[in-house]
Amino acid sequence: MAVVVQMPRLSDTMEEGVLLKWRLGEGAKVEVGDILAEVETDKANMELEAFDGGTLLKVLVQEGQRVPVGTPLAIIGEPGEDIEALLAGLGVPTVRRRVEPTAVEAEPAKPPGLEAQRVVGERVKASPLARRLAREAGVDLAQLKGSGPEGRIRKRDVEAAISAPRAPEEAVRPAPETQARPAERYEEIEPSLMRLAVARRMSMSKAPVPHFYLTVEVDMDKVVELRESIKDMAGDVKITYNDIILKAVALALRQHPWMNASYVEGKIRLHKQIDIGVAVALEEGLITPVIRNCDGKSLGQIAREMQDLTDRAQNRKLKPEEYTGATFTVSNLGMYGIEEFSAIINPPEAGILAVGAIAKKPVVRDDQLAIGYRARLTLSCDHRVVDGATAARFLNEVRRLLENPLSLMV
Amino acid sequence: MAQISYREALNQAMTEEMERDERVFLMGEEVGFYQGAYKVSQGMLQRFGEKRVIDTPIAELGFVGVGVGAALAGLRPIVEVMTWNFAILAADQIVNHAAKIRYMFGGQAKVPIVIRGPGGAAHQLAATHSQSLEAWWAHVPGLKVVMPSTPYDAKGLLKSAIRDDNPVIFIEAELLYGMKGEVPEEEYLIPLGVADVKREGEDVTVIAHSKMVHVALRAAAELAEEGISVEVIDPRTIRPLDTETLFRSVRKTNRVVIVEEGWPFAGVGAEFAYRIQRECFDDLDAPVERVTGADVPMPYNKNLERAAIPDVERVKKAVKRVLYL
Repeated sequence: MAVVVQMPRLSDTMEEGVLLKWRLGEGAKVEVGDILAEVETDKANMELEAFDGGTLLKVLVQEGQRVPVGTPLAIIGEPGEDIEALLAGLGVPTVRRRVEPTAVEAEPAKPPGLEAQRVVGERVKASPLARRLAREAGVDLAQLKGSGPEGRIRKRDVEAAISAPRAPEEAVRPAPETQARPAERYEEIEPSLMRLAVARRMSMSKAPVPHFYLTVEVDMDKVVELRESIKDMAGDVKITYNDIILKAVALALRQHPWMNASYVEGKIRLHKQIDIGVAVALEEGLITPVIRNCDGKSLGQIAREMQDLTDRAQNRKLKPEEYTGATFTVSNLGMYGIEEFSAIINPPEAGILAVGAIAKKPVVRDDQLAIGYRARLTLSCDHRVVDGATAARFLNEVRRLLENPLSLMV
Repeated sequence: MAQISYREALNQAMTEEMERDERVFLMGEEVGFYQGAYKVSQGMLQRFGEKRVIDTPIAELGFVGVGVGAALAGLRPIVEVMTWNFAILAADQIVNHAAKIRYMFGGQAKVPIVIRGPGGAAHQLAATHSQSLEAWWAHVPGLKVVMPSTPYDAKGLLKSAIRDDNPVIFIEAELLYGMKGEVPEEEYLIPLGVADVKREGEDVTVIAHSKMVHVALRAAAELAEEGISVEVIDPRTIRPLDTETLFRSVRKTNRVVIVEEGWPFAGVGAEFAYRIQRECFDDLDAPVERVTGADVPMPYNKNLERAAIPDVERVKKAVKRVLYL
């Protein structure tokens, strides 16, 4: 029994796909799991697997054609099987083959519902330059309207499409009523300088810095206990979990100077001071005020300083020297209920610790199931400075300190 | 810098080279006693004497052949043809001998000859005296074809041509002989095969040689007033052709107009256009346009003659065509 292979929905947002390449030709034997074709979706190029075995009886979509999800792509069945009725059911003209074989090749079968659209591979008049620019920018020439003679697409048309990618499409293919007009689909705003700085610095980090990530789960029972017992001892200022973590990180850095380091112009700098940046979220972006000499400060001092820095950060009152020059950064999203995440290193630091929420979890204690507080810490490292084992030792030290928090007090 | 005419520049080039190298000599119709049909060799007979400035009979095949023989024998002749229209009579010597001897003798003999004289239309000289035949000569492997458009280029290129060990076809423009331009006092050479950007621009590349450079420059100046920025490239030598300079310009502007006075069919512009589309296909935003002489024998009638030669208006129209304006 012949089956129809359809353009699959390969991502949530996929509406159509381009049949890039047939890996198998008509007449080929197909086994379940064989790669039939390569398909380009809005996200990636994917391989189209066969879910049915048999013989590839007919290919319905030519290479390069862009078709909506669900469009019949091919028919798999038994050799010699009569598929005329099936084809007719799909709306594919079938008689032409016998009349004039070349006519079939010259006029690829159009899938139903596509008659009104221009299809990739169909002749589009465009200057060679326009073709090249469109190819480089990923613009579909078939969607453009040319301003040259007889509608020839030229450089300026492609450039216009690149700068306003949706507009030309609207011009040739009116959007359905339900589709919002481009102006309503998004609002374009000038990013703040801070947003731009974050964008620049983060891409400056992620591209050249080879990140790797390590995660541990820390038993936070004693930290919770500790915080409860000292909650009101510092008077006007509350000691937060983050302050405790900062202290633990600072003490661990003292023992693992390679984590308190930078890779700068081919040299490694081991910093003598332990200055920890703390990521503070603002509406426009984020900023990392720095606690200097964090390892030498008491929890109360750290808490007070942190409170002050955070307040002034929210009001944009920080001086540059207060948010630059950290040697390591802690980023805590625990208060948002995030259990675990990986942070991007703030260059040129060698690492950043991403702190997840402290949550009650079923834990095994003395071979018994019990309830315990747990937090997951993820360390992002610059592999140019540290390797996995070094980083693991550091992270284990942070864990050891947090699981024995009294050591933070001495 | 001194302002001298195109013909004086050519005269200086020959004079300087004859003083520098005693193997160099000039021969041709009327080059001596009459001081040159176009007065290019003025004063040279008095300066160098009858052995080095030689009047010939009206016999192109013969005296070009003598030049080829002299070159083979170790001299460095400059042969003036009264116009390139008459050099057709010497085509056998030029095409069958000058161009091929070095090749046919496996490099054992060379033919360092310069054949020079005016080409192109002037004013009402009619069909047999108004031809731009550069495509004929450029078609032949073994010949170099040089076509200067300014006094500066004329002098620098002619000196290089005289020093070249291969036969060089040096086509001057009859209507440019009186044109004045700056030429430095000190010695300089312009290598063969190097194009010149006569005007920088952004929107369209106009390639023109010889007299047409000036038509292109006038068109560019007028178009600039309309806000169109035209780059004018003068190849200066048709062969060897400096394609790199052409390609660089095309990659910048994405549009090309080629202007030549010669006939369209198999003209040198056709070769330029082929090379550009071959190497710059993905940089072209419009088909390459050509503005050429009319595909007819040159009319004697003044108005018809004018209509048969590319002019500023036609170049401007072509520029607008490639801009889709």
